[in-house]
Amino acid sequence: MTATIATPEIGRARLRKEDARLLTGRTRWTENITVPGMLHMAILRSPHAHARISRVDVSGALAAPNVVTAFSGADVADSQGVMACAWPVTEDTVLPTYPPLAVSEVRHVGEPVAVVVARDRASAIDALELIDVDYEPLPAVLDMEAALAEGAPLVHAEAGTNKCYTWVFDSADAGTGGSVAEAAEQAEITVSRRFVQQRLIPAFMEPRSVLVDPTGGEWTIWSATQIPHIMRFLLSATTGTPEHKIRVIAPDVGGGFGGKLAITPEEWITFTAANRVGRPVKYIESRSETMVSGHHGRDMIQDVTLYARRDGTVTGIDVKLLANMGAYLGIVTPGVPILGAFMYNGIYKFPAYRLECTGVFTTTTKTDAYRGAGRPEATYAIERIMDELAAELDLDPLEVRRRNWIDQFPYTTVAGLEYDSGDYAAATDKAMQLFGYEQLRAEQAARREAGDPVQLGIGVSTYTEMCGLAPSRILGALRYGAGGWETASVRILPSGKAEVVTGTSPHGQGHVTAWSQIVADQLGVPFEDVTVLHGDTRTSHKGLDTYGSRSLTVGGIALTMACQKVREKARPIAAHLLECSPDDLEFSDGAFRVKGTPSAAKTIADCALAVFTSHDLPDGVEPQLDADATFDPQNFSFPHGTHLCAVEVDTETGAVKIRKYVAVDDVGRVINPLIVEGQVHGGVAQGIAQALFEEAVYDADGNLVTGSLADYTIPSAADLPELVTDRTETPSTTNPLGVKGVGEAGTIAATPAVVNAIVDALRPYGVNDIQMPCTPERVWRALQAGKQASKEVQA
Amino acid sequence: MPRVAITVDGTRYEDDVPARTLLVYYLREQLGKVGTVVGCDTSNCGACTVLMTDSDGVPRAVKSCTVLAVQADGREVTTIEGLGGDHPVQRAFHEHHALQCGFCTPGMIMAAVDLLRETPQPTDQQVREGLEGNLCRCTGYQNIVRAVQAAAASSEVSAA
Repeated sequence: MTATIATPEIGRARLRKEDARLLTGRTRWTENITVPGMLHMAILRSPHAHARISRVDVSGALAAPNVVTAFSGADVADSQGVMACAWPVTEDTVLPTYPPLAVSEVRHVGEPVAVVVARDRASAIDALELIDVDYEPLPAVLDMEAALAEGAPLVHAEAGTNKCYTWVFDSADAGTGGSVAEAAEQAEITVSRRFVQQRLIPAFMEPRSVLVDPTGGEWTIWSATQIPHIMRFLLSATTGTPEHKIRVIAPDVGGGFGGKLAITPEEWITFTAANRVGRPVKYIESRSETMVSGHHGRDMIQDVTLYARRDGTVTGIDVKLLANMGAYLGIVTPGVPILGAFMYNGIYKFPAYRLECTGVFTTTTKTDAYRGAGRPEATYAIERIMDELAAELDLDPLEVRRRNWIDQFPYTTVAGLEYDSGDYAAATDKAMQLFGYEQLRAEQAARREAGDPVQLGIGVSTYTEMCGLAPSRILGALRYGAGGWETASVRILPSGKAEVVTGTSPHGQGHVTAWSQIVADQLGVPFEDVTVLHGDTRTSHKGLDTYGSRSLTVGGIALTMACQKVREKARPIAAHLLECSPDDLEFSDGAFRVKGTPSAAKTIADCALAVFTSHDLPDGVEPQLDADATFDPQNFSFPHGTHLCAVEVDTETGAVKIRKYVAVDDVGRVINPLIVEGQVHGGVAQGIAQALFEEAVYDADGNLVTGSLADYTIPSAADLPELVTDRTETPSTTNPLGVKGVGEAGTIAATPAVVNAIVDALRPYGVNDIQMPCTPERVWRALQAGKQASKEVQA
Repeated sequence: MPRVAITVDGTRYEDDVPARTLLVYYLREQLGKVGTVVGCDTSNCGACTVLMTDSDGVPRAVKSCTVLAVQADGREVTTIEGLGGDHPVQRAFHEHHALQCGFCTPGMIMAAVDLLRETPQPTDQQVREGLEGNLCRCTGYQNIVRAVQAAAASSEVSAA
């Protein structure tokens, strides 16, 4: 039997295999999993931003009905392990001790202090009220600049400073460009802005949960995590538990966006609790706990200066960053701004670049990766300030970009990265056409002329990003604690079906579908006949998981390589079955075919059956087709695109309405356009959310006042516009599939497009920046301030 | 403890429940209906949305985290697990890629079913406003709107 594949699977808008159980409620969220003998844990959290713990008394809780045990941090200080940071970005990065349960001091509201383990969750939560804790309040440390001032109260007294690190990049020192000081001296025009990246909360829809079963001297752990493999290794490393005795399962995981790129105190505490009672313990987190304890994102102050000539050619960029670490360091907290540090030059051929980034401790929830992680911040800064340069020179913002953007590839940037491929003009032209750029500019002029109370603004964002984390050697050079490879296995079953094991750990991305498409094309195994196993360290023993738009560009390539190995194993068997030389065969249309006689063919399924029986194999051929491959990329991939946004701003109320949004993205070769479009939709939605809606706010005492979904306003369907999406396709030159990442692109691109549009609408009123999120109140206030300033200038 | 009789997905259950038990926890913990999930603790996200008959027997979308189990006494409740799997809205969500991680999906689908019962041929804006109480973090809602409109169109075809 020689089935053929008529249409290539890659590029097809396949409907997702993942959907069936998600649509019918037959899902295995961690919260849904129960095991025999399971108990429930609840966590008492700090009500103080900063305090010494002088006494914890759990006796009241221990006496409560249904309570099996209760304990504080002091009770488990020696056995609970520590939370590890994998990315000290400099030699002298301050790495404070981070106990899962606070032992002697709490440093943010919501920090775990004590736990109750009980027969049921309600009893555990009820008993928390019976725990007595005496706190001696210490000063909250909230403002980054104040935190760095002489004599400021310290978050970690033993460190002697609130500074976590200062990391510097200078193109003159790195040999990747000239000196910014020279650019400053020779500048014909200088534009400076301070941008504030407000603190955001990832707000994945599934709150975090964890279940630890310690039965039989082995530990099975279910967790709502993006990183089961990394968690297994770090749990082993920080608690001394042998790695081979730990099995971590990321079952169905309800979104992550970087928020579950984390090892969490709650995981470690549940592990400790299960060990203390010798029974399975489950911790189900409430949304409010997730908001205050799960890491946050962004929270940077960016002082950006652009030096240019009057023709719009940028000659240098200088960036000073303050990055809020929060109270402790998560797995990659210090590295997040550094991921952005290589992107402040955007898509442009700037000759000189300097960046200085200082990480600052405050008594707030720690920050860490959130969709884009450093790159949205960088892209916002450069795309906002390019608009400001255009305004200063009275040029169209697209024209200023054209005069500076890279037009030949590969291109080594001033930050030292080699951009693989791209076509910025093509994406921009397509976006302008879909947008109706000239017509909207004409409408804008007419509304300005007429003094329309509703003004139109047009925002541009021509972005690129580095994704596909990552070449291990580069990560090593940046002092990251792990590599960036990914691994895959392909097993061919006797019936010819394929079982794929991937080290990526999807939580909504659709890897099962996309990986099936790759295998179908590589091996001629029908799409329906491929199954993909993931997210369980027992079946997938090795992997580096899913974040940083890496799964396809690294894991997909590992899978492709494994498929190619399978093919090479099958080739001599097919030749034997066809009674020809292996050299006479080519693999085309899903089968090995005799060159010149394509009807003489054998499929992988034919070979699988031959190795299953092994009755008639060529001498010396191993009777199996399975193969593993691990891929370590040589470079990142650099998707890009042009996003255009038109907003209507009501100058009387400050209300902003997105009138039109066009996203043209170039993410290289596309495996599944349906999935790619979905990633762009969701990514842009989160980018718009930063521009217009979301902000994690602390009060003066360090309480998170946006600690629920009632206060932290993630957008609903009614808040978001219909998007126009399209693509250009410039294959990556650094991997055999030609693919680039797409998971973060929309979020990186959208925020500056929206804010640029709002500022553009209000520029005639003297507005040249608005602090995000651009709520009606902020817009209105910016408008009044702008009008006032214009009046003063005239007077 | 109050005793309740609630029909869930076509099966009649009688149970003693603590008065403070929320319907969603009754469904999940006592009946094992874990298809309905809890996404928040402030009734904002809508992940727990189910249909419950009102006093006239009309099935209406409710957030099962804001209904006490005792309030459902004598009512009929339909969860995502009771839709069968081939409901036009489930099919449309699949065909239009209206879900990614899928956590909001059960609630979103139940809310969409209710929306289409009340407004069988909605405008896009009516869909967006009708689903305002259900949050999704993955899709940007665009394909959810498409799916609801496709389900509306398919019902129109089948009704004709």
